[in-house]
Amino acid sequence: MNETSVLIIIIASIFTANILLSNFLGMCSFLACSRQLSTAIGLGIAVTFVLTGTTGLNYIIYYYLLKPIGVEFLSYIIFIAVIAAFVQFVEMFIEKFSPKLYYALGIFLPLITVNCAILGASLFMIIRKYSFIQSVGYGFGAGVGWAMAIILIAGLRKKMGYSNIPQPFQGVAITMIITGIMAMAFMGFAGMVTM
Amino acid sequence: MENNKQHCGLCKPEGLFEGKGKITLKDGIWENNPISIQILGVCSALAVTNRLENSLVMGAALIFVCIGTNLFVSLLRNVTPRRIRMIAEVAIIATFVILFDQFLKAFYWDMSKRLGPYVGLIITNCIVMGRAEAFALQNRPMVSILDGAANGIGYAIVLAIIGFSRELLGTGNIMGFTILSDTWYTPNQLMVLAPGAFIALGFLIAVFNAIKGPEEESAS
Repeated sequence: MNETSVLIIIIASIFTANILLSNFLGMCSFLACSRQLSTAIGLGIAVTFVLTGTTGLNYIIYYYLLKPIGVEFLSYIIFIAVIAAFVQFVEMFIEKFSPKLYYALGIFLPLITVNCAILGASLFMIIRKYSFIQSVGYGFGAGVGWAMAIILIAGLRKKMGYSNIPQPFQGVAITMIITGIMAMAFMGFAGMVTM
Repeated sequence: MENNKQHCGLCKPEGLFEGKGKITLKDGIWENNPISIQILGVCSALAVTNRLENSLVMGAALIFVCIGTNLFVSLLRNVTPRRIRMIAEVAIIATFVILFDQFLKAFYWDMSKRLGPYVGLIITNCIVMGRAEAFALQNRPMVSILDGAANGIGYAIVLAIIGFSRELLGTGNIMGFTILSDTWYTPNQLMVLAPGAFIALGFLIAVFNAIKGPEEESAS
């Protein structure tokens, strides 16, 4: 069992081991939805919410259902089904109880099922042998870290719209390089906490 | 690959590697390369490319999963109800990923440890799903296999290029052999760390854009 305190895990997963900048998860939606600041914020909140929920749910299913009957190798297929079902459920729930929020987040929710950060966090949780509280903390921290990265890059991309970028670098190429520079800056946090 | 030509009963008389087959192959590897042109499946392209060896294994994994998924999605394309096709595709993909993962765990434990969760993450790799959805659902099995192989190979080639340059610049070695001797070359550790991955892929995409010319810009 991993002994790291939950607070450390949350801080580390936001800054030093950011799921996007150091584990490269969630790149597809990161590149596709970082052109507008409002989109980035909406998606960031939705991802944080789903990540926190699914890591907890997947923890329970893995340790209380799959492990006792010895079918851990099925975890991939079960996890992805849980994520898809959770997203669907959240979508229906939000639609019923807060239509306003639904219109703000609604379009991002289906996108999240195929966001590899969600499945990745569940897999990391198993590999690092977190406890339940640690897993939920990790899910939350990873979500906040991802949201922060996408919001930052959306701001940068907006600013970049005014600069004169060499033609082959326009679009994804320059975004990737800027993300690299941002990852370098985040490495500066590395001395702060370690997982 | 050549002997496929003989026992390919399902394809047109002109053979698998002429006409449509040839276009499919070229499309996947170069014209519409999944990573550098379509920008799909970027996560694993960044995560496992710190060493050439890892990149090659990951490339092989994707070729296997792509071929398997395309074959089965194509075989089942007439019996899968449209409404549940997504979940059927995910189930097929996950099956092949589990197969490959178990194979790695059984025979190459070190490699399995090093790749960590990224083998499992092939399930959410948009390339596999994208090909199943865009190609295998409309095409016959043999051509679908070819399309899967082409996209897998296109992905593997890009991964190998990134893996090669990162390992070379980051450590001076390639798969244990010293290429850039440390008497005159100081390894740039940054290349094997996270930022190096983003920057290497950024430059690679820029190079592809430069070769392919300006009309590809609208894609991004």
